Amino acid sequence: MKLNFNTILRVGALTGFAIFYLAMVGMVETFNEREIIRDLLEIGNIELLTLGQVLMILPSMIGGYFISRRITPADGALSGIISGVLVGVISAIPMVILIMAGTTFPNIRDMFVSVNPTLMEVLSLGFSRQDAAFTGAMILAAIMIFSALDGAIVAVLPQIWRRAIINSAGWVLGIGVMSELLNQIFSTFRDYGWIERDTVRLMLQSGTVKPAFAGFIAIVAFLWPLVIPYIRTPIQERYQTATPAAKTTTNYVGYALLMILLLGLPWLVGRFLSDVLVTISLYVLMGLGLNIAVGMAGLLDLGYLTNFAVGAYVTGLLVSTGPQGIAATTAVPEGFFNLWMLIPISLLSAMLTGFVFALPVLRMRGDYLAIATLGFGEIIAKLALSDALKPYIGGAQGILFVPKPVFFGIELTNPEQLYYVGLAACLFMLYVTTRLFNSRTGRQWGAIREDEDVAAAMGIDTTRTKVIAFTLSAAAGGLAGALFATKVGTVFPNSFTVIVSINVLSLIIVGGMGSIPGIIVGAAALVGLPEILREFAEFRFLIYGALLVTMMLTRPEGLWPSEARRRELRGDDDEPPIESTTTAVPAD
Amino acid sequence: MGRDFLKRLNWVDAVLYVLRIVIIIAVIYGSYNTIMAGKYSSEQWVGLIMSGLAQGSIYALIALGYTLVYGILLMINFAHGEIFMAGAFTAVFAAEGLARAGWLETPFLATISILLLVLLAASVSMMLAVILERVAYRPLRGSPRLVPLITAIGASFFLQYTFKGLYGSGFKSYPLVPMLQGGIPITANISIPRVQVVVLVLAIVLMAGLYFLVEKTKIGKAMRAVSENKEVARLMGINIDRVIVFTFMIGGALAGAAGVINGLYRPQGVNFFMGFFPGIKAFTAAVLGGIGSVPGALIGGLLLGVFESIGPNLVLDGLGIRGANQLKDVIAFSLLVLVLIFRPQGIIGEKLAEKKA
Repeated sequence: MKLNFNTILRVGALTGFAIFYLAMVGMVETFNEREIIRDLLEIGNIELLTLGQVLMILPSMIGGYFISRRITPADGALSGIISGVLVGVISAIPMVILIMAGTTFPNIRDMFVSVNPTLMEVLSLGFSRQDAAFTGAMILAAIMIFSALDGAIVAVLPQIWRRAIINSAGWVLGIGVMSELLNQIFSTFRDYGWIERDTVRLMLQSGTVKPAFAGFIAIVAFLWPLVIPYIRTPIQERYQTATPAAKTTTNYVGYALLMILLLGLPWLVGRFLSDVLVTISLYVLMGLGLNIAVGMAGLLDLGYLTNFAVGAYVTGLLVSTGPQGIAATTAVPEGFFNLWMLIPISLLSAMLTGFVFALPVLRMRGDYLAIATLGFGEIIAKLALSDALKPYIGGAQGILFVPKPVFFGIELTNPEQLYYVGLAACLFMLYVTTRLFNSRTGRQWGAIREDEDVAAAMGIDTTRTKVIAFTLSAAAGGLAGALFATKVGTVFPNSFTVIVSINVLSLIIVGGMGSIPGIIVGAAALVGLPEILREFAEFRFLIYGALLVTMMLTRPEGLWPSEARRRELRGDDDEPPIESTTTAVPAD
Repeated sequence: MGRDFLKRLNWVDAVLYVLRIVIIIAVIYGSYNTIMAGKYSSEQWVGLIMSGLAQGSIYALIALGYTLVYGILLMINFAHGEIFMAGAFTAVFAAEGLARAGWLETPFLATISILLLVLLAASVSMMLAVILERVAYRPLRGSPRLVPLITAIGASFFLQYTFKGLYGSGFKSYPLVPMLQGGIPITANISIPRVQVVVLVLAIVLMAGLYFLVEKTKIGKAMRAVSENKEVARLMGINIDRVIVFTFMIGGALAGAAGVINGLYRPQGVNFFMGFFPGIKAFTAAVLGGIGSVPGALIGGLLLGVFESIGPNLVLDGLGIRGANQLKDVIAFSLLVLVLIFRPQGIIGEKLAEKKA
């Protein structure tokens, strides 16, 4: 048996810091309100299991797993497990200190707002009275060491069991966190009479997973990786050996099923989630638009909010029945502009804005371009807020009374109906983007992204190509803005801040620059999740920031990368494509 | 020259020339109107210029961090504004403690406490800058240009919301220092607030120190060598990593010091978002002066401060725009965009546009 104390110390310190950080920024406390499993166990005055508690043990578990995986192949399983335990011990030290300090000196909260009695209560498992704090700290330390041991043991198991256990824990955690979503869906199902109240009661209790149901999920998810090879392999083989015609048919059937699912989605998930879906569709739209500039042409545009704002304001001005609306200021009658006119008008005005703002930045490259577009975005945001333009666009009060769009005489009032407008816009944009990607212009963008000088030398009109990229990218933003204005019913300048640009940028980078499925996944994860989970909303930008940094450090090509971008960023141009696909699958 | 010039002129250049002329005419027309209308007295102008200089010197201190890092790594450390915020936000708690202990009452103790606060903020910001370099930027050296920039944007938001989680989301004000209250009379009816003079002097002293460090010491020479050519510097036996860490340390320390100075100067207080816009403005100052140049940062910072301060009253008022004072930031960002369009090498920068911009 051999122990590498240097590595143990390093991993332990990192793990300890991670838990300490999560507690200090208030994540443990906030996430403690989200129950994962209802009344799993009750020890003393605390109840298991909340997301906050998971957050307290997860880093030690990962730390133990990580070090054990690293040490076992060389030095044997026993060294791995003992190293894991030692990592747990080291990672518990900062928490013990935090609990002792937090209970002995309550004044710390004057500076660090998160170190408050609630957090102490959570961390010390209810033993936060001054005399009992040490007991609480020791119990927490024991739990953390035990979790690290768990992680270390899982790491030395054979691969198939390891997968089964991790899969099982992951699914329970995932479904537990998303139980609110499940609850919403079940309540819609109940309205249709597809499911009985008692059946739901077996699974959920006040919107949280019940222990028995959690156990069921755990068992299914545990067995899944053991069974799946026997199901998946034959299907894959049949698909691969099928004739091209049969393959095409299968693909079309797949698309048709996806389309039916997309069309039925709002009626399956209920009103609240439909509203979330509308928001996601707006961000997918903006993501697809910004992707043209950033992903395809390599122009980092940080002022995307400009296009969004222009679309929203144009729509607001054209249809508002309030004092700023065109009906009040000119002779145009109220309700003159219908949906069919609004969409092209807001699209064109955003394209015009994109064109105008593209001209001055054409000569800039890389980071200067990013900063200049950021500057433009801020100018627009401040102007929208200012008194200078108040008579025209309402200043800080914004534009009120934006009516809902009318579609063949039907007023699209509820989110289920608006969803179809968003979906149609997304599909349209998706079509345009994929066609562009495979067009001559798309290839010119690729060339400019790789090397502008070489592209120019090859005879590409870089000015024209970049202007097209900015203009088309703006179009989607304008469309999203128009839909946003009608969805919300008002146009407030506070909706148009640098945050919008950062949101859109984050989702295309996390999803994978230049990759269309990546954008959809990115939008669902980064925009949808915080809408559903209130706790995540509070730490939204903390997580975005961390995600951007980690993505750039570990997977700059994104979660669902496009082939070209992956080769480019991984720098393995000379490898055959097959090779690069296998390297992108995370090494288990 | 005439015909050649016309032949080479493409339509984008033509648009930019028109834009240039329109802006110049608007500025001249607006200023002319304001001055002819005589709306503001000379005391008011002096006041605006002085507050612009004080604010500008703070921008200049932050700008140094951008300039030094850009000079060496050719990367915009987008999170530099957050490093500035971290120092200011941490030191405000120490300042409250010192105020409770009564240290800010007498001039002697107040001077010592201000120095202590500057030191504290500088060390916090320095540490953060070094960690940021080590964790986020060093592994990405040599990757495509956009990758470090996106990382820096991510780091910026991560730091903002980390400090929001640590210290809360509310505003915290630096306590008033009696020594800094009141004004210094210049003529019969013009007096300059004492705090502005102190801010300006502190900033200039710090910058002079930095100039000495870069120009006269051995590590300064190493920094200049690395910024000239990394590979050759390495061959000459310079430890590049150490020089880069040192650069981040100095930039961070100056940003932290700027944070305390800013807190003493501006009564609005500090919060987690305070670094974002000053950060972008300081970057403007760095580009305006000529990125990579230490005196350029000073000149750029002071110019930006003054423009931002007198711009709304001088130009926008004259153009008949309502609520001109709300548009301070618009002036600053317009200046940023215009500098990037028309003179990316800055006022005293060399012609680096192709290589660096």
